[in-house]
Amino acid sequence: MNVGIVIVSHSPLVAEGTAQMVRQMVGEEVRLAWCGGDPDGGLGTSVQAIIDAMESVWSDAGVAVLVDLGGAESNSEMAMEVIGEPRSARIRICNAPIVEGAVMAATEAAGGSSLATVVATAEELSPL
Amino acid sequence: MSKTMTRLTSEDMKALIGAMQAAIAENAERLTALDQAIGDGDHGINMKRGFDAIAADADAICDKPTPQALSAAGMKLVMSVGGASGPLFGTLFMTLGKSLPEDFECGAFADAFAKAVDAVAARGKSSAGQKTMLDVLYPVSDALAAGKSVGEVAAVAAEAAEATVPMEAKRGRASFLGERSIGHMDPGSCSCSLLVNTIAAWISAKEHAA
Repeated sequence: MNVGIVIVSHSPLVAEGTAQMVRQMVGEEVRLAWCGGDPDGGLGTSVQAIIDAMESVWSDAGVAVLVDLGGAESNSEMAMEVIGEPRSARIRICNAPIVEGAVMAATEAAGGSSLATVVATAEELSPL
Repeated sequence: MSKTMTRLTSEDMKALIGAMQAAIAENAERLTALDQAIGDGDHGINMKRGFDAIAADADAICDKPTPQALSAAGMKLVMSVGGASGPLFGTLFMTLGKSLPEDFECGAFADAFAKAVDAVAARGKSSAGQKTMLDVLYPVSDALAAGKSVGEVAAVAAEAAEATVPMEAKRGRASFLGERSIGHMDPGSCSCSLLVNTIAAWISAKEHAA
């Protein structure tokens, strides 16, 4: 099984659009889920929606998560805690820009790379 | 604060939840206005959604012993808020629940509160002096540890929130503004002061009635 990719944005439009770009550039074989919007549908993120997205692409190969702004990151960390050990140790949040990071991570994942390689490839896009 | 052992009844906890929900609702517009100045303008509405969610489930939450009730309330905030304040305030309540015994006196509460504030700092990867809720929580924690009275703790919280006005933000969305974040109160600090003052007023009223 390949590494799964989860896209978490404050905006459902950004999350879905990013997922569309990944699908077009990387193809259908990559395990991909996205979520965006707070529990009322406004701009924000929902821990439950993030958990559902992580569960939907889960495999022992792990999951790489791409986030946009602060709340998306802390809510993704919270989702990992709720999912709990041992699986949470196989979920990583990439320190990378969400669109470019998602495309790079998905490309690497589609090739069967390990979670560490997928994350490192996405994070090469980040300034040191 | 008294040194006697305290156990909050289910009615006490329901009253506290009601008071916190009302305080957040009354100040939601002010919190959002503060957040529009230096954040993304959703703090008031997010906090209101969180405390409304706790209040909606108050019966089930308050059936539990206080530590478990605090953890359940924290999880409600995590699941319902939708912004960064969900995990931060949620972690505060959840860690308080994890660290507090069912019967507690002031010293035990101060110890549990200190652990909860450290957990918030770890969650937010932040520290004191960065214009965040920690700039209220640390002084409150110190005041509790020093055995200050309820009124003194409330005053410390209010002063600490005011003291965030001249600070430059180093963490969160406000840090993008750099020097332009100076001159506005930090919304998370405002919420913390509001909640501390609401709880303090409830304790004072209860002690007065007793």
